[in-house]
Amino acid sequence: MIEIDKTILDCDVLVVGGGIAGLMAAIAAADQGIKVIVAEKCDTRRSGSGCTGNDHFMCYIPEVHGSVDDFYQTIKMSQAGRIFDKTLVMKFINRSFEVVQDWEKWGIEMRPTGKWEFLGHAFPGRMRIHLKYNGENQKAVLTQEALKRGVKIENKTAITDYLVEGGKIVGAIGLDISKMQPKMKLFRAKSVISTTGNTSRLYPSITGAWMFNTADCPSSAANGRAAAYRAGAALTNLELPTLFAGPKYFVRSGKATWIGLLKDSKGTALSPFINKPNKELGDVTADIWPGVFTDKYKDGTGPVYMDCSEIDKADMDYMMWAFKCEGVTSLVDAMQKQNIDLHKHMVEFAKYEPTMFGAGIEIDENGSTSVSGLYAAGDEVGNFRTGGIPGAAVYGRIAGESAAAYTKNIEFSSNIAQHPLVQKRQEFFNELLERKTGATWKELNTAVQQIMSDYASVTFVRSETLLSAGYKYLCDLEQYAYQTVKCENSHELMRALESFDLLLFGKLLCLAARERKETRGMHRRSDYTFTNPLLDGMLLTVKQGKDGEAELNWRATY
Amino acid sequence: MPPVIDEEKCVGCGTCAQICPLDVLKYHKETRTVTVRYPDECWHCRACAIDCPKGAIQLRYPLSHMLLHMDAPTIRREELE
Repeated sequence: MIEIDKTILDCDVLVVGGGIAGLMAAIAAADQGIKVIVAEKCDTRRSGSGCTGNDHFMCYIPEVHGSVDDFYQTIKMSQAGRIFDKTLVMKFINRSFEVVQDWEKWGIEMRPTGKWEFLGHAFPGRMRIHLKYNGENQKAVLTQEALKRGVKIENKTAITDYLVEGGKIVGAIGLDISKMQPKMKLFRAKSVISTTGNTSRLYPSITGAWMFNTADCPSSAANGRAAAYRAGAALTNLELPTLFAGPKYFVRSGKATWIGLLKDSKGTALSPFINKPNKELGDVTADIWPGVFTDKYKDGTGPVYMDCSEIDKADMDYMMWAFKCEGVTSLVDAMQKQNIDLHKHMVEFAKYEPTMFGAGIEIDENGSTSVSGLYAAGDEVGNFRTGGIPGAAVYGRIAGESAAAYTKNIEFSSNIAQHPLVQKRQEFFNELLERKTGATWKELNTAVQQIMSDYASVTFVRSETLLSAGYKYLCDLEQYAYQTVKCENSHELMRALESFDLLLFGKLLCLAARERKETRGMHRRSDYTFTNPLLDGMLLTVKQGKDGEAELNWRATY
Repeated sequence: MPPVIDEEKCVGCGTCAQICPLDVLKYHKETRTVTVRYPDECWHCRACAIDCPKGAIQLRYPLSHMLLHMDAPTIRREELE
């Protein structure tokens, strides 16, 4: 039987996932003088999508930008087809500069050139809202700040479930993966902040055989969303996917770091906005025209390339430095190894697989979910999205403050070890570990990806019949996998549980996509090819009903 | 095998295995060595290479990740002239 560690770890606030949102939440909660633990499946110094850096931070500085309403309009313009709660975005805007100033104080270069510089991701003649910064040391710095405040960091600990008692959060179940032999670890907490990132590995990567070739961290695999849903929290926006773009087959974030123009195979610039590359604006074509790569393929004028050859040496040096800030030194390294010189060569770009960035847990303006004591922040939030890192940093802080305030009047639950879910999960983990023969986690993950790609498609279309079939197939797969998946060690068990979480998320996505009977953004229905104006600003949420079935609800944004 | 460890330079500190965001590397305490246990799960983020105190790690990128490129039109124009 898989062992359960006898020591139960107590804390006021348990932060699940030590990425940007998680560390900011931990720092903010610890500032209130309470006991905080961060559980992280890898190591907070390098984990998550902010692992090696970032170079743009959406930030509102009144003296620079003037009107806050204009700032909001600019954000809105860049999020075509997305639905979110304005109240949350406004709160983000108003607290963004305070976070930027703290990051600078803590040792992250927020103005590497000495002044507040807003560059890239911009439309000509419009406000520029992305602060150019150097985030290469951001994870190490935030880890230090958390430790300084007495936060306890439990690395190599994957959280699998949130424990609820009487409608309130009382703790969580973790898996110690530091040794080959897995061990369960129990946490007794007054509050849990869920910050586990994006849904990598839900759809097949552009390089089929390399599942871990994803824009966001491949370890971020819908765990927080799945655990929150099982605990009773609502998820939202699941039917509206996001597609990142970048160098084809070498999947990386950081498209906006490139200073160049997207061009077709004849060398004609595709941007409706600019015809000379410049670092002030960058090329936003793919932001507002996400279908550009497939459209150009289809009309016979593709492929589409990023051409940086027209920029001068100073701007080229600047871009190479910015790649380092963004944390994509592997891209620079790979180009060197292949003798690619951006002065002379243009690199083919493509869209990547769908991710559910901005599709996940529903929170209110304090970061609270619909379950008492459960908070969420970062990429896994569904009704709010403002660039990965800044949204995570600001809402991590807000969730940390709110969770800390909540814990003041809450008592610890006495009986974590006897919680029925602990035994249930122990039995399940055990079945996976003790099976003599069976399927690997990778088979399960691949099977999920195949069904998602074909039946909840983004490349082709979605329809009532396809989504219903997809949902049914995922339910069948889940039952089949329960009886067949086998794990050799702690690492495989972690990956298998991630795959089961992705499967659950995929099922909910099929239901939500079937319910949104219209075409909107990259959610394209062949049976409803129009955008329904009555659904403008309407969020679709899904939560577990009393009978265990998924319940779908519509609500207006606020 | 994406991270390639130079055994001559490696001092067996285990930093790379500790910080890898994908749990790709395994540290063996007894022998003070590191093995690339799950090469297929490498994200090619280079965190191990950046944090190695001895510069003992290089990344090898799979052929499937080859960057596709063409001569830029400015260059092609010069060639034509």
